Amino acid sequence: MKLYCLSGHPTLPCNVLKFKSTTIMLDCGLDTTSALYYLPLPLVHSPRLSKLPGWVSKDGTVNLEKELKECAGRVFVDSQPEFCLPERELLDLSTVDVILISNYHCMMALPYITEHTGFSGTVYATEPTFQIGRLLMEELVTFMERVPKAQSATCWKTKEIQRQGCILIVMLPGPLKDAVDVWSWRTCYSMQEVNSALSRVQLVGYWQKVELFGAVQVTPLSSGYSLGSSNWIIQSHFEKVSYVSGSSLLTTHPQPMDQSSLKNSDVLILTGLTQIPTANPDGMLGEFCSNLAMTIRAGGNVLVPCYSSGVIYDLLECLYQFMDSANLGTTPFYFISPVANSSLEFSQIFAEWLCQNKQSKVYLPEPPFPHAELIQTNRLKHYTSIHGEFSSEFRQPCVVFTGHPSLRFGDVVHFLELWGKSSLNTIIFTEPDFSYLDALAPYQPLAMKCVYCPIDTRLNFHQVAKLLKEVQPLHVVCPEQYTQPPPAQSHRSDLMLELQPPPVAYRRCSVLGLPFRRRHERIQLLPELAKALVPSEIKPGISVATVSAVLQSKDNKHVLQPVPKPIPVPPSKKRKRLLEEVPELLTPKPLLSGAIPLDAFLASLHKSGVTEVKVEETAGGHILHLQAEDALIQLEEDATHIVCDTNEPLRATLRDLVLRFLHKL
Amino acid sequence: AGQDVGRSCILVSIGGKNIMLDCGMHMGYNDDRRFPDFSYITQNGRLTDYLDCVIISHFHLDHCGALPYMSEMVGYDGPIYMTHPTKAICPILLEDFRKITVDKKGETNFFTSQMIKDCMKKVVPLNLHQTVQVDDELEIKAYYAGHVLGAAMVQIKVGSESVVYTGDYNMTPDRHLGAAWIDKCRPDILITESTYATTIRDSKRCRERDFLKKVHETIERGGKVLIPVFALGRAQELCILLETFWERMNLKAPIYFSTGLTEKANHYYKLFITWTNQKIRKTFVQRNMFEFKHIKAFDRSYADNPGPMVVFATPGMLHAGQSLQIFKKWAGNEKNMVIMPGYCVQGTVGHKILNGQKKLEMEGRATLEVKLQVEYMSFSAHADAKGIMQLIRMAEPHNILLVHGEAKKMAFLKDKIEQEFNISCYMPANGETTTVTTNPSVPVDISLNLLKREMALGGPLPDPKRPRTMHGTLIMKDNSLRLVSPEQALKELGLSEHQLRFTCRVHLQDPHSDTDTLSRIYSHLKSVLKGYAVQHLPDSTVMVESIVLKVSSSAEEPDLKVVLLSWCFQ
Repeated sequence: MKLYCLSGHPTLPCNVLKFKSTTIMLDCGLDTTSALYYLPLPLVHSPRLSKLPGWVSKDGTVNLEKELKECAGRVFVDSQPEFCLPERELLDLSTVDVILISNYHCMMALPYITEHTGFSGTVYATEPTFQIGRLLMEELVTFMERVPKAQSATCWKTKEIQRQGCILIVMLPGPLKDAVDVWSWRTCYSMQEVNSALSRVQLVGYWQKVELFGAVQVTPLSSGYSLGSSNWIIQSHFEKVSYVSGSSLLTTHPQPMDQSSLKNSDVLILTGLTQIPTANPDGMLGEFCSNLAMTIRAGGNVLVPCYSSGVIYDLLECLYQFMDSANLGTTPFYFISPVANSSLEFSQIFAEWLCQNKQSKVYLPEPPFPHAELIQTNRLKHYTSIHGEFSSEFRQPCVVFTGHPSLRFGDVVHFLELWGKSSLNTIIFTEPDFSYLDALAPYQPLAMKCVYCPIDTRLNFHQVAKLLKEVQPLHVVCPEQYTQPPPAQSHRSDLMLELQPPPVAYRRCSVLGLPFRRRHERIQLLPELAKALVPSEIKPGISVATVSAVLQSKDNKHVLQPVPKPIPVPPSKKRKRLLEEVPELLTPKPLLSGAIPLDAFLASLHKSGVTEVKVEETAGGHILHLQAEDALIQLEEDATHIVCDTNEPLRATLRDLVLRFLHKL
Repeated sequence: AGQDVGRSCILVSIGGKNIMLDCGMHMGYNDDRRFPDFSYITQNGRLTDYLDCVIISHFHLDHCGALPYMSEMVGYDGPIYMTHPTKAICPILLEDFRKITVDKKGETNFFTSQMIKDCMKKVVPLNLHQTVQVDDELEIKAYYAGHVLGAAMVQIKVGSESVVYTGDYNMTPDRHLGAAWIDKCRPDILITESTYATTIRDSKRCRERDFLKKVHETIERGGKVLIPVFALGRAQELCILLETFWERMNLKAPIYFSTGLTEKANHYYKLFITWTNQKIRKTFVQRNMFEFKHIKAFDRSYADNPGPMVVFATPGMLHAGQSLQIFKKWAGNEKNMVIMPGYCVQGTVGHKILNGQKKLEMEGRATLEVKLQVEYMSFSAHADAKGIMQLIRMAEPHNILLVHGEAKKMAFLKDKIEQEFNISCYMPANGETTTVTTNPSVPVDISLNLLKREMALGGPLPDPKRPRTMHGTLIMKDNSLRLVSPEQALKELGLSEHQLRFTCRVHLQDPHSDTDTLSRIYSHLKSVLKGYAVQHLPDSTVMVESIVLKVSSSAEEPDLKVVLLSWCFQ
């Protein structure tokens, strides 16, 4: 069993598991943090961004003024943003049989994997994951295609520039130094590629057992993180691998996490822990509400950059209760995204995937999420973009939810330009995927207030330690980031995984041999064969039976059938063929075991008419002289030797007598 | 439901587990025969000890009507499985049913509202394709059945034995539901409904066109159309049908449906949209099919409004409630029309007018003259004979058991199934037990070494002309069965091998030296025994396969050679 690790991002994993004869890809997350190195894509022409100075190295040797622009003391690439893909060279992606998706954030690289790589397998995902994943991809494509960039910058990536441009790298935002894979960065896919990729998805339900080629069974389990999010069990009859990705034990909207099914795993692959281990989501939610109220009361607007599905449902539900109690019931909420309406509608129809108390609402029948009521009472309005109806209808002060949280594309760019200059307004970051300082860098100087309340409901280290103690996997595999404290808090040894035996850590491009060996396989004995077996008890409670049968292996399922009766071949013809076949049908030497007790053996000799026996003791046992028959039997503890000349019937009798005391295996 | 429609309740015993499939009531009876005979299961006491679980296929009362009676009045505390939509809708229908029987007919000794609530607390929701482990051995899995919202087929599995129960299902997608689907799960028994065992229905399009034409004609001549429906199921399909027709034809006549249940029902359809068909699911964001533009809530006073209109009203058999009230008002005008889209039980007004009765006796000795047109149109969503055969082909069962149909029709279908699939088919009556013996194979754990060795020897492709025989030792210990190679078995059991050898002496006259004799024997054997391994070993022995030959002679008689032949037990 081997694990190929194609992504180094701990919450956007992409691993490939080779197990038995199958090749299974576990998630394919797309790292969009690379977009932070690019200039924002404004929806309407921005004089500020278009007038930025180009960048020339200090000594003037490197001139990239067309591609790189300086903004607020940092250098940005002026181009269509590109994303960091999972590694595509480590193994041939066309050999991947299936892709298992754990949640909609972890499938965003799907079109890069399934298209143009020769991939011909199946993708398994739950229905909410599939539907919302499609919405998020659609949104991403729309964001990109709505504001096409004339140029796509590639010069800055070329080798010489990278080599010479140490200066450049120093000047770029810090993490670019680690971003060595710039060559593999790609621009966004097209809608056509999305559709083609999604046509390979097969929908599954929680606890649905899916057989892969008869060799392996995979089962999605509820993981409690988002609508339809799942962990996966990959098992054969004897081995069990658990894949834990993006799980939550907090009570939010999704169905709670199933922990007990993870028990007794040989290997547990652990990814997608919280990215902000120091923040408590409940506390953050409180801070979010109080900052929001403060801004609105002072007459300012609140901007919440967020994804179109997920935490936004919880935020809306929280605000639904909070706004009335804070006497701000008339403040309008705007949700602006190409998929805003779809996202809100879809959230209401997945009752089966929701937590108990939301589920029971549907029985009344009432919509499970209160945002239906917000929409009905016109307090929440959704628009596909800032163009059109929105511009005429919108009232201030208000709360705007819009994407993309990287602040590089989407409608959020417009709101930053619009509201950034006034200190009355506030931007509240709730998504944990991007560093808010890096995200804001191209907008500096900014008068707007910034509040950082990242809400990440995924497991923290304390919860994970408890979980692992409970489910007791033999081995744990995790990204290397989890085996040491975060770089910014190197003294916090509680912010890492400490396990006995220590977890096996991986990084991008690792290939791990997973430490267990397969010993057994399941096989079916046909009833006719099973009936014909003759078991004998060797030791108390242990019986054995010799099995001679024909093995049939089909679709990785093995069946033992009784040996067919040899077809009588007419002896005259084809004698040669017959001779050839004889050795094949011969049974190999059966193994015998046991010992022959002398007295009992003599008694049975006597019974079968052999009376004149002279017993002689030797070092290893006895020699029996059968005087009348002129034969010798040498009995030792684990060997018997019968010497007799041409008396065939006697030999057969003696053989049967001896065999009576031995076990055949 | 043995050789009968209604009162579906089937008991399955499989691998030591007892499962009740559906727990329905009979619409045609008002006495004890209304509910299944639970004393058949246990004479005294509660069912909990006897049943491992109860599974309800869908919310129709002939499949779940006796549930509160069974769980609360007879006594059952174990799990009851049903899908989410069924769990949502079933208590409403039960409550409705209870109101009619208790409040209107004044029956006592019937379950109460509280009992329905208590009963629903025992329900465990079931998702499609989810494998639910009822206990360590018993597992169940639901498949989409398409009959009504949330209808499911269930697969019940214990060890290697399995049963599939279809409930009611529909193999052709209709306007709001998809078609039933099941994988090739090869159950030992398939228990299938057979309502339409002998019919192959004409195309649905024709019936729909017919329906629309009749409605349209009546509207054109200024008449009113009454469609008595049950709140859920057909009502939604017909609403969609009329809605799209109105839109296309740009008709202005109002369509109403009676308030209360039907309106609520539309809401259920909206929330459970994932259970409807592909088309509705795809377009629901832009246009939710269950938000009707042309169909408005009905108010009592509208019935007297002049001009044409279409009204959906409950209940479907015209035996009480709003539909009957409207019928009374409109019956006298021959311009009007009533369309009965479903089956009517004997004794109801619906049944009478369908049989052409023109004068109805009403309470208070008044008679009602029926002048309006009466039309019957079946939109019932059951599989027809073709559909049943299609499902059998899908699941490939070893045996078939027919339920939920009329005996005569069943017998016809039984013959057809036995002919076409050559598998046995049963059709037990109520109270009859059918026993089917299965012949399961025995699962064994084989050592990977042995399996790999054997598969390598067998070559990459199996050769049917030359079957290879595999030898192994089956070790039975505690409850495990393991198949290993004999050598490994010896090692594992801590036994030593016992060698059994045979030797015999053959005397022959040969003047050559011992070694020459041996070489001569060697070359002779080599020429005779083609196809066997014959070896001449340096320690002056000859081996034929595993047989050892040695030559010796005594000093006194050098010409008399003694050939020692020694071999192992084979």
